[in-house]
Amino acid sequence: MCAVIGCYLRITLAGFHRYSTYRQAVLAGTATNIVFGLIKVGILSGVFLARDGASIGGYDLTTTITYVWLGQGLLGVVDLWSEDDLAERIRTGDIVVDLSRPWNLQTALLCTDLGRAGYSAIARFVPQLLLGAVFFPFRWPDDPMVAPAFVLSTALAVLVSFNLRFLLGLTTFWLLDSRGVRSLYSIAAPTLAGLEIPLSFFPGWAQHALSFTPFPSMLQFPINVFVQDGPVLAMLAQQLLWALLLAATARLVLARAMHKVVVQGG
Amino acid sequence: MADLAVYFRLARAQVRGQLSYRGSFVMNCFGQALAQGNDLLVILVVFGRVAALGGFDITAVLLFYALSGMSFGLADMVVGSIERLPTYVRTGAFDVVLMRPLATLFQLFAGDFQLRRIGRVLTAFGTLVYVLSTTDIHWTPAKALLLVLTPLAGATIFAAIFVAANSVSFWFVDSRELANAVTYGGSYLTSYPITVYVGWLRTLMAYIVPGAFVAYYPGLTLLDRADPLGGPSWLGWLDTPVAALAALVAGLIWRTAVRHYRGTGS
Repeated sequence: MCAVIGCYLRITLAGFHRYSTYRQAVLAGTATNIVFGLIKVGILSGVFLARDGASIGGYDLTTTITYVWLGQGLLGVVDLWSEDDLAERIRTGDIVVDLSRPWNLQTALLCTDLGRAGYSAIARFVPQLLLGAVFFPFRWPDDPMVAPAFVLSTALAVLVSFNLRFLLGLTTFWLLDSRGVRSLYSIAAPTLAGLEIPLSFFPGWAQHALSFTPFPSMLQFPINVFVQDGPVLAMLAQQLLWALLLAATARLVLARAMHKVVVQGG
Repeated sequence: MADLAVYFRLARAQVRGQLSYRGSFVMNCFGQALAQGNDLLVILVVFGRVAALGGFDITAVLLFYALSGMSFGLADMVVGSIERLPTYVRTGAFDVVLMRPLATLFQLFAGDFQLRRIGRVLTAFGTLVYVLSTTDIHWTPAKALLLVLTPLAGATIFAAIFVAANSVSFWFVDSRELANAVTYGGSYLTSYPITVYVGWLRTLMAYIVPGAFVAYYPGLTLLDRADPLGGPSWLGWLDTPVAALAALVAGLIWRTAVRHYRGTGS
C-alpha cells in the first residue's frame, strides 16, 4: 500500500519538475496573463464608473479588481484549455503502453496534473496575487478561515477541471480526432467558468442555468470563496459533488473504452 | 512580384487541402466564429448592466468591436501561421526557410494558411452590418472609402504586430506566449473604447503599438463623434498611413531578428 502511494507521490513530483523546467515559458505566460488582467481591470473599472460605483450582485469595484487578479492567477492553476497529450496518445495508439503499466491511468494522470497545478500556484498564482494586492485596490478576506477554504476550493476546482479534460481526451477512443470537441470546450469553458466577466454580471436566468453545470466550480467558486461572496459550504459541497460525479463518469467511460482497445501486432 | 505569385499558389494549395475535409473545415470555421462571438457576448452582458462604457453607448462599442474583429480576423488568416515560428527556430527547420529562393516571411505566411479563420471575420462582419443598418450615419463618399480602408489598415496593423511580436522567438525561443499579449491582447483591447484604460497602458497598447488606429479613431470619424481624450477629428483618416508605418517598422524588426538566427548545429 505504502509503495503504491509512494509511486503516485513520485509521479506528482515529476509533474511539478516537468513544468518547472520551462522557466522562460512560465515567465512569458505570466506576463501575458498580467497584460490581459490590466485590460480587464480597465474595462470592468469602466463598468463601475458608468454605474457611479453601484455594486452588481455582491461585486463592487474593489471586489471586481480582486476577482480579476485571482482569476488571471488561477487560470494557469486550473487550466481550462484542453491541450492534452492523452488525445494524441490515444490517436497514435501509444495509450496501450500507458494502459499496460501497473497503475490506474486516471489516478496517474491526475497526479501529473496536481504537480503541474502546484507549480503553477507558486509560479503564476502567487506573483499575480501580490501584484494585485500591491498595486491595485484589493480585498483581503477578513476571516482567517478563508485561507484553508480557498485552498480546498482551488484543489476541488483542479479536480473538476482535470476530470472534464480527461473525459474530453477519452472521446478520442470513439471520435479518433477529438480536436473539434476540445476546441469548442476551450472556447466556451473560460467564459462559462467566469474568467472573462464575473458570473454575477450575467442576467439571472443565465446564472441559474450555469448553476446546474460544473463550469462555475472551476473558477468562479474559488474566487467567490476568497472574496467572501456567497455561502462557502454550499459552494464547496457543489464542487465536491461535481468532482466525484465527473471522476466516476470518467472511470466508467475509461472502462468502456478498454473494451474497444485492440492491440495490433506484438 | 514573382514572390507574390508563388505565395498565392502555396496558399491556394493549402486551401484546397483544407476544403477536401469539408466536415472538419465547417466545424473549425464555426469554432472560430464562436470564439469571436464570445467577445460579443461579454459586451452584451456588460451593456446589460450599464448604458455607456468609457463615454460610449452600445452602438459605438459594437462598431469598435466589429472593426477590431474584422481587422484581427483578416490578419490572423493571412499571417497568423507565423505563430509556428518558435517551432521552426527550436528544431532548426528555419534553415530550410533561409535556403529557399522566396522571402522568409512569405514562406511562413503560406506554410500554414488557415482559411477556417474566416469564421472570426464573418462574426465581426455580421456585427458591422447590424450596426451600420441600425445607426443613422451621415454618409459621404469619403466615409464610404474610410469604411472600406479601415479593416484593411487594421489588418495591416495587426499583421505588423504579429510579425514584430513573434520576432522575439529568435532571442527567447520559449517565450511564444509573450506575443499573445500584444496580438490577442491587442484584439481584446481594441474592441473597447480606449478611454477606459489607465494612461500608461493606453500609451503602450494604443499609440506605441498603434491599436487606437485599428477601430477607435476610424470609428469616431464614421460616427461623427468627438474624441473624449481631446484628439483632433482628422486622426481617423490616419489609419492607412499608420498601418504603412507599422508594416515598415515590423519589416525592419524582422530583418534584424533573422540575423540573430543561429541554427541548431546539426
